[in-house]
Amino acid sequence: MTIDLSQFVPTFLEESFEGLALMEASLLDLENGDSETINSIFRAAHSIKGGAGTFGFSDVSEFTHLVETLLDEMRDGRRDIKPIDIELLLESVDCIRLMIEAIKDDVSFEKTKIEQIARLLTETLAVGVTTAKSGTVDPKDNNDNLVVDEPINLQESSDEKVKWLIKFIPEHHLIQTGNDPLLLFNALADLGEVGVVGFSTDLPSLSDIDAEEVYLSWELSLVTTASQAEIIEVFEWVEDECLLTLTRVASAEAAIKNVAAQPYVETQASIVSAEPAETARTAVVTNEADIKLEQTSVASAIENVSVVSAKTSEPSSPTKAKADAGSIRVGVDKVDSLINLVGELVITQSMLSELGNDFDLSKIEKLSSGLEQLLQNTKELQESVMRIRMLPISFAFNRFPRLVHDLSNKTGKAIELITQGEQTELDKTVMEQIGDPLTHLVRNAIDHGIEPAEVRLANNKPEKGTVALNAYHQGGSIVIEINDDGGGINRQAVFNKAVEKGIVDVNSTLTDSQVFDLIFEPGFSTAEKVSDISGRGVGMDVVKKNIQALGGRIQVESKQGIGTTVKINLPLTLAILDGQLVKVGSETYIIPLITIVESLQVRTDFINRVSGDMVLYRLREDNVPVIPIYKLFNIEAVITEVENALLVVVEADGQKIGLLVDDLLAQQQVVIKSLNDNYQQVEGISGATILGDGSVAMILDVPGMITMALRSAQQYQPHNHQAQPQFEGVQP
Amino acid sequence: MDIQSLVDNVPVEGEYSLEGIDFITSGEQFLTFQLAQEQYGVDILCVEEIRSWEQPTIIPNSPSYIKGVINMRGIIVPIIDLRMKFSIGEAVYNETTVVVVLTVENKHITRTIGFVVDAVSDVLNAEENEILNAPVFGGCISQHYIKGLVNVGDNIVTLLNVQALQSIEPHKH
Repeated sequence: MTIDLSQFVPTFLEESFEGLALMEASLLDLENGDSETINSIFRAAHSIKGGAGTFGFSDVSEFTHLVETLLDEMRDGRRDIKPIDIELLLESVDCIRLMIEAIKDDVSFEKTKIEQIARLLTETLAVGVTTAKSGTVDPKDNNDNLVVDEPINLQESSDEKVKWLIKFIPEHHLIQTGNDPLLLFNALADLGEVGVVGFSTDLPSLSDIDAEEVYLSWELSLVTTASQAEIIEVFEWVEDECLLTLTRVASAEAAIKNVAAQPYVETQASIVSAEPAETARTAVVTNEADIKLEQTSVASAIENVSVVSAKTSEPSSPTKAKADAGSIRVGVDKVDSLINLVGELVITQSMLSELGNDFDLSKIEKLSSGLEQLLQNTKELQESVMRIRMLPISFAFNRFPRLVHDLSNKTGKAIELITQGEQTELDKTVMEQIGDPLTHLVRNAIDHGIEPAEVRLANNKPEKGTVALNAYHQGGSIVIEINDDGGGINRQAVFNKAVEKGIVDVNSTLTDSQVFDLIFEPGFSTAEKVSDISGRGVGMDVVKKNIQALGGRIQVESKQGIGTTVKINLPLTLAILDGQLVKVGSETYIIPLITIVESLQVRTDFINRVSGDMVLYRLREDNVPVIPIYKLFNIEAVITEVENALLVVVEADGQKIGLLVDDLLAQQQVVIKSLNDNYQQVEGISGATILGDGSVAMILDVPGMITMALRSAQQYQPHNHQAQPQFEGVQP
Repeated sequence: MDIQSLVDNVPVEGEYSLEGIDFITSGEQFLTFQLAQEQYGVDILCVEEIRSWEQPTIIPNSPSYIKGVINMRGIIVPIIDLRMKFSIGEAVYNETTVVVVLTVENKHITRTIGFVVDAVSDVLNAEENEILNAPVFGGCISQHYIKGLVNVGDNIVTLLNVQALQSIEPHKH
């Protein structure tokens, strides 16, 4: 009997992702871990290799085999565990993930990076055992400009062709001393067969490039009979102006095979890089975005960024072929409780139908208690089903140890990451969309928040900075806090920048929280220097937009010298919304509770009419424009006078408006249904829901309504003040 | 009575029950309905259900022929009054006013929309060669909604293109 293996592929993929996550977490922990840590990494790699082999993903199994071999040597103690190898393994994990994601999306993956890492792995394996005996060679070691493997000298006399790997990182002013890398490479080519890979990670943005400086670095492979001394001779004149690492790789046969199997990319500022391809891509993207920024207004800058990024990433990253329907792993306990509840529901149902068989008025009490029970069952069932969509937030937090590790290496700041409340549960959709904003905030905290070690020591702080992620429930929402013990936000700098950008008036007095809110303005960055991690000022506004799109709020607290806390409030689920039901004419509308500031009975003496017939209502210090829903939506209403009417004051994007309604009804949770499925997006409406009586009610989209109101005000008022303005609100 | 005679008396499914019923045909089938005095037809495979008229919930700022949305077993279904869309007859709502709910897949998007008509009439069988091209003359209905005409006795049934009906023009602001 043949078994269709393809049905197990999704399971394999899912397990592989879990295995990779485990490998990553354990690798980060490897330096202070015990033998069990390396064993668990090995096991994870082994299962991925085995699975990939079974399902015929030979690319994955071959690559993972290399990783496994390296791990095996480490496990047996034949190889010392060195930081550089851990980095290599971490990058290998990235590669495997890349391949598996490509399989999942059914697209081809970018081969260049994987081949490069595979080559590094092969090379490490080839030299590995010798190096383990004779001490480590770390190319990052800056103490000696020229690092050469000692044992190689012993074999120098042989006439055999030898492959050398040369890392050549010139200092920026290399050309100014009269040296040209190209000439060096040509000289090397005279010795043997040369392959060159260029790295452009240090390339600054176009506006910062000095044409007389060298920003690239190279990795050369040389297959030659020449001795080590002859190779070093080529670099004799630049020895003091570069970091040069010379490593003997393997015998020529192996080397030639390598060269043939993995064609090198010729030197150019392409996106071939030892860094994760993603980072390099982001760097390029932001460079182009910067150029655009100079040409276009700040407001449209964000759009440009997204457009540009979509364009530039196209060739290097495989575009997702299809939307991910996704699957959830659900705990058996959740399913069991669901089954129990359904059982109870069935019992209640049979009791009720029994009752209905021969019903008379004497049984009315039984009926009402039966209905009560039904209500209880349904409620519990609903909660239980909702819990199935909930995942612990550790799914979103898991990526941060690696991120912090990478950023810590990059910035040279020692950082400890503390996560709390990982078991707090959150809706899957919210979880997927909160990942990117959180990443951005953590990057910000590390890049701008945490000070360099010497500054920290000078301020009597521990040398190691702390970034803490904390999640907990509060009422009907979930709160995520990102806390750093860094320098805090410089209130004055933010204020000055805002004045400079014309966002606030120089004489205005703002509270701390108002000032900190300014950092969410588009194009706002007070960072003195822009790095490739953050600081370009496109980001925080996007973070805020994303969080608002999820129906959440974000706020910043900061004390200078002590640290910054960013607090995100999110609704537990997107499928259900707390709403206030209001009546306008014959229609019932639902206003999301989260947008409502207050509901009030209009007091006539607080009504003001300005600029034609615009109605403003004085709410304490604020003047709130009154917008009658019936006018905005072009329907009939019972109450058309503002005087003594009911006003629901709502807020979105910092703008308050007062919605004029006929009546306030109940507050209740409603299930959101899309209008898009069978119709289309309607302006001012975010969706629909079905009420208890089976009728449909529209859910109001407050930001959309504000946009509508603004537009009609602009359309009607400037042209003709005598004409009936759209939003005068009252019949005089 | 023995068991064998009982068994013999049970009609074999499909042997008797379909006799005299004309729904096994080679051509296509259309559900016909009335708009004022005119007969129209739609592909019967697109018909989800036929409902009686109920007052829908208004969609703000929508064209007048879009009456609103209703709840059809948990699905939000928009309701379009075909009489108003095609400017045929009076848009009155009485006992025979029905809503024909059509589902059609168009460019991988499946849409379910209800259409208000004066009354449903019949099921019509039409072979490919019986469907005539509509004359290119004025009339209230834009050409792209019309699939063709079928002569039924002395009357004409206009077959409508369901995919064209399902496309919704964006609101004008």
